[in-house]
Amino acid sequence: MTRSGPLILFVLATVGLLISPGGSAEEGPLIAAAASTRSALEDVAGRYLEVTGESVRLVFASSGTLVQQIENGAPFELFLSANEDYVLRLANAGWTRGVPVNYAHGVLALFSRPGLFELSDDPLAELNHALNAGKVKRFVIANPEHAPYGSAARAALRHAGLWVKIKPLLLVGANAGQAVQYSIQAGVDAALVPLSLAQAAALNRIGDLQLLPAATYPDVLLRQQMVMLQNSDRATLRFFEYLQSADAQAAFRDHGLKSPSLSPK
Amino acid sequence: MDWSALRLSLELAGWTLVLLLPVGILIGRWLARTEFRGRPLLQAICALPLVLPPTVVGYYLLTFMGARSPVGGLIDAWFGLSLVFSFPGLVLASLLVNLPFAILPVQRAFEAVSQELHDAAACCGMSPWRVFARVELPLAWPGVLSAAVLTFGHTLGEFGVVLMVGGNIPGETRTLSIAIFDRVQAFDPAAAGRMAALLLLISLVTVALGYGALDRRARRGAGQS
Repeated sequence: MTRSGPLILFVLATVGLLISPGGSAEEGPLIAAAASTRSALEDVAGRYLEVTGESVRLVFASSGTLVQQIENGAPFELFLSANEDYVLRLANAGWTRGVPVNYAHGVLALFSRPGLFELSDDPLAELNHALNAGKVKRFVIANPEHAPYGSAARAALRHAGLWVKIKPLLLVGANAGQAVQYSIQAGVDAALVPLSLAQAAALNRIGDLQLLPAATYPDVLLRQQMVMLQNSDRATLRFFEYLQSADAQAAFRDHGLKSPSLSPK
Repeated sequence: MDWSALRLSLELAGWTLVLLLPVGILIGRWLARTEFRGRPLLQAICALPLVLPPTVVGYYLLTFMGARSPVGGLIDAWFGLSLVFSFPGLVLASLLVNLPFAILPVQRAFEAVSQELHDAAACCGMSPWRVFARVELPLAWPGVLSAAVLTFGHTLGEFGVVLMVGGNIPGETRTLSIAIFDRVQAFDPAAAGRMAALLLLISLVTVALGYGALDRRARRGAGQS
């Protein structure tokens, strides 16, 4: 064999892999969705496949990141934001098609390591005690600049007068999913994360999970809207309509999201 | 295991290698053999991607090639092609990011070919092309092989610029490194671990084969002298 024999074999093997058929079908509408909707949307996509035989391609990132990508020409066909403002921004700039729809309502949850504080009706007051006692070294939120759950978390902390105290202790996730991932892996003391992802990651098994009481943060911050984009086609429209069906709505509720508010915008 | 992501990674590395290696050889040889005043600056420009974070390259590509840019808009209008969030866009980004890996080892190798050999070949009546093909290139071959291995291996692992310019589109721009990141964010460390191990193995094999070929050549060379 020549001196390049093994190298040639490797190249042939690579070429063989490349020209072989296979891999999953990469068809179906391309959906950009907020990272916080991952568990719910993967379930809904699975149900959609069973019901219609059609598949969709899901891409998750923070809502703000997806808006940037769309404005730079990313070929998405449907956008599910974790808020309304980003959808409005895209609509005003002419990237959308049709009317935005409120598909769900986000829920913020407070995660804390076991024993950090007692469960109570006012978790943020308990957090305040823990902060004052120096028991909190690291607190996680999603990035408030481009993740709606991050800005809701910031609003809640400001409302409770904790933002200034907690800012030096913050560990910021690039999106809601990364915030939850940090909560699992990074030895954090507490975090404000989407309930949907906290449930998906079973955070309640490694610490305490509590809901924040109403009016801790403006509800509207997590009124989640979706809209079709300029590229969209009939297949996208079918999925868009399915997301509004009772079946999909039940899935959203199963995954820690509330039904869309019935009050008009 | 995301086989389409593996395929995309290999395709990206393959295309980058095939398109960039001839460029690396030509530019590397030219820089080795040609004296001119702006040479240090040009060499610095070629080496720039080594020190710039990939996100900077990604940022400039988005700015100049994205839908909002004049260039991006024109290319879309003429060719129906988008150079962002598409595989061709990834290839373009990868070509830019890998320039130093393709040029520098080749340039060093051609610099090591002594001027006397070059002159002797010319005196024997060989045309410049034959001098290049029959004398210089075989002597510079280890540099070319290093450039090939580095370019291929580096592209396999590329993450920052792929994420910025390509997004994370399944079947189009979700390479293996992006898929690993995606699985971690989906709380699926097992899948991430499997793909990471595979990427590690492929990279190791690539580089080992390259060094193996270099070793064999060095032994042959030593045996002959």
